[in-house]
Amino acid sequence: MSIDQATVRKIASLARIAISDAEATAMEGELNGILGWVEQLGEVDVTGVEPMTAVIPNSLRLRDDVINADPLTGGNRRDDVLANAPAPQHGFFGVPKVIE
Amino acid sequence: MTDLTNLTVAGIRDGHRAGDFSAVEVAEAFSANVAGAKALNAFIVETPEHALTAAKAADADRAAGTLKPLSGVPIGMKDLFATKGVQTTAASHMLEGFVPPYESTVSQKLWDAGAGMLGKLNLDQFAMGSSNETSYFGNVISPWRRNDGGPNLKDRAALAPGGSSGGSSSAIAARLCPAATGTDTGGSIRQPAAFVGISGIKPTYGRCSRWGIVAFASSLDQAGPMARDVRDCAIMLEVMAGFDAKDSTSLDLPVPNWEAALSSDLKGKKVGIPKEYRLEGIDPDIDAMWDAGIAMLKDAGAEVVEISLPHTKYALPAYYIIAPAEASSNLARYDGVRYGLRDLPQGAGLQDMYAATRAEGFGPEVKRRIMIGTYVLSAGFYDAYYTQAQKVRTLIARDFEQAFASCDVILAPTAPSAAFGLGEKTADPLSMYLNDVFAVPASLAGLPAMSVPAGLNREGLPIGLQIIGKAFDEQGVLNAGLAIEERAGFTARAEKWW
Repeated sequence: MSIDQATVRKIASLARIAISDAEATAMEGELNGILGWVEQLGEVDVTGVEPMTAVIPNSLRLRDDVINADPLTGGNRRDDVLANAPAPQHGFFGVPKVIE
Repeated sequence: MTDLTNLTVAGIRDGHRAGDFSAVEVAEAFSANVAGAKALNAFIVETPEHALTAAKAADADRAAGTLKPLSGVPIGMKDLFATKGVQTTAASHMLEGFVPPYESTVSQKLWDAGAGMLGKLNLDQFAMGSSNETSYFGNVISPWRRNDGGPNLKDRAALAPGGSSGGSSSAIAARLCPAATGTDTGGSIRQPAAFVGISGIKPTYGRCSRWGIVAFASSLDQAGPMARDVRDCAIMLEVMAGFDAKDSTSLDLPVPNWEAALSSDLKGKKVGIPKEYRLEGIDPDIDAMWDAGIAMLKDAGAEVVEISLPHTKYALPAYYIIAPAEASSNLARYDGVRYGLRDLPQGAGLQDMYAATRAEGFGPEVKRRIMIGTYVLSAGFYDAYYTQAQKVRTLIARDFEQAFASCDVILAPTAPSAAFGLGEKTADPLSMYLNDVFAVPASLAGLPAMSVPAGLNREGLPIGLQIIGKAFDEQGVLNAGLAIEERAGFTARAEKWW
C-alpha cells in the first residue's frame, strides 16, 4: 500500500514534526520505498505465532517501597531536573501560554 | 621507549602494574594523539583533564597497592552515554549543550574500575545510521584508505568508519584510544568494528545496563566494548556488565570471569554455518574470508556443521518496523520543554513549539525513522505492520534456538562489504539499511555476537567475521573469536595521513 502527500502530512502532524512542502514531497518517495520493502513480511505464515514481548526471558521486579532508596532516582532534585530546561521559571518548566 | 599508544588494554594494565611506565604518561600520549587527529572528527568533546585525573589516581593507587581492574587505562566514551558534567548529545542538535547531572551506569562502572575518559566519541545521530554520516557534528572519517586512488593517501577517497559507533571504531583504529564503549541496536558495534579492523562484542541483551544511555530502540539497545583484540573486549565487558536495579530489563546474573576463561581450544565444539547467509551477488572477498574463517575454526579443533535460519531474509524488514516504532515512542520525549533544544517561533503556541523544535532538532534520518515508526504504530496499521513484525521476530528467535540444538556458536560475515566511501550510500536509505543484513538477526534475538578482523580484501581494507552465540554464552563467542584472531594474525593498520 502506498502513502500520499496527505498521509505524509498526517504522520508528520502525529509525530509533531513541522515539514515543508519540499520535505513532504521527498519523504513521500522515501517512505513508500521503505514501506514497500517491508511489505514482504506479509508473506510469512505466522499462524499460531505469538508476537515477541521479551527477547530474553525476564520478570519485572518491584522495588522496595522505600522513599529515596536510591538518591540518584529519588526526589528532592528540583534544581538538577531543571538544570537543562530551556526556559525554567520560578522552579517550574516554562511553556508558552496555552489558555487565551 | 615504545610508543605507549600501540599498547592494548591488557598491555597498558599489565605494564602499568609492573611499573614500566606511569598512567600519566599513557594518558598524555593518547591525549596527544587525540589532539592531533582532528581530521578524523572522531570526538565531539575532548576531555584530556578527565583522563589525566584518573591517571594520577591510578599512579597513586599503584603506590598504595590498591590497583583496580582498569587502573591506568584511558578510554573513549560514545556520546550516547550520559556523563555527569560533560556534554552528552547523541550527536544531535536536539541535545547540543545538554550536560547531564548524572552518570550512566556503564560509564560509572568504568570510572569505578579506574579507567579515565579521553573524550566523547562521535556517532550517527541518536545511533541511527551505518556510516556515521548522520551526526549533527559532521562525518567521522575512517583512518583507512583504499590501496589505489592516487599516490597520496590524503587525497584518496574518504571512507566510512561504519556506524553508529563510528567515532569509537575510527578512534581505536587510529590509536587515539585503546578501547571505547559502543552500543549496538542492529549492528552498531559489530559493523564499525569490521570496517576498521578491530574487535567488538555486543553481549546478551540485558548484560549491560541501559540506564543513562540515550534510548533508541529499547528492546534492542545493548552496550558493549570495542577494542583492538578479543582479550581487551573481555576485560572491558567484565567491567561494563552487571545487574542494575535501575534498568527493568537488566539481567540479574553474576558476571563471569571472561578474561580468565579465554581459550582458543575448540575441541568438542560445533560451529554452525547458516546457509541463508550465502547471499547471491555478494562481494567474493567476503565469501572467501568466511571460508577462511571456517578453516581457522576447524584448525582450532571445532566441528563445522551446516545450519538453517529460514527466516533470515525477513530480519531486516522486521527490524525496520520494530526499531523505528520504538524510536518514535522513545524520541517523543524531545519536546523543547524539559531539556535540549527549544524553537519557539514568534507567537507560537505549545503544539507549534513542539513541531518547530523537533523539525529543527532532528536530522533527516532521525525524522525518517520517527515518521516510519509513527505510521506503523498508527490506528489501522498497527496489526498489519507492528504486530506482524513482532511475530516474525518470534520466528527469527526460534530459528536460532533450533539451530543451537546442533551447534555451539555460529560463524558468519559481519557485513556484506568492506568499508564504503562517504556519500556512496546516502542517496538511498534502503541501500544503507541493507548493510546490516548479517548483524540484525542476532540483535532481534538478543544474542551475544562479536566481530573480529579476519584479513584484508583486494582493496587493502579490513573484513570482519561475526560469531553469534547462545544467550548468556559470551564466553563461547569470545573463545571462537580468539581462535580466529590467533590464526588470522591480523596486524594490518591504517597508515597515517591525518
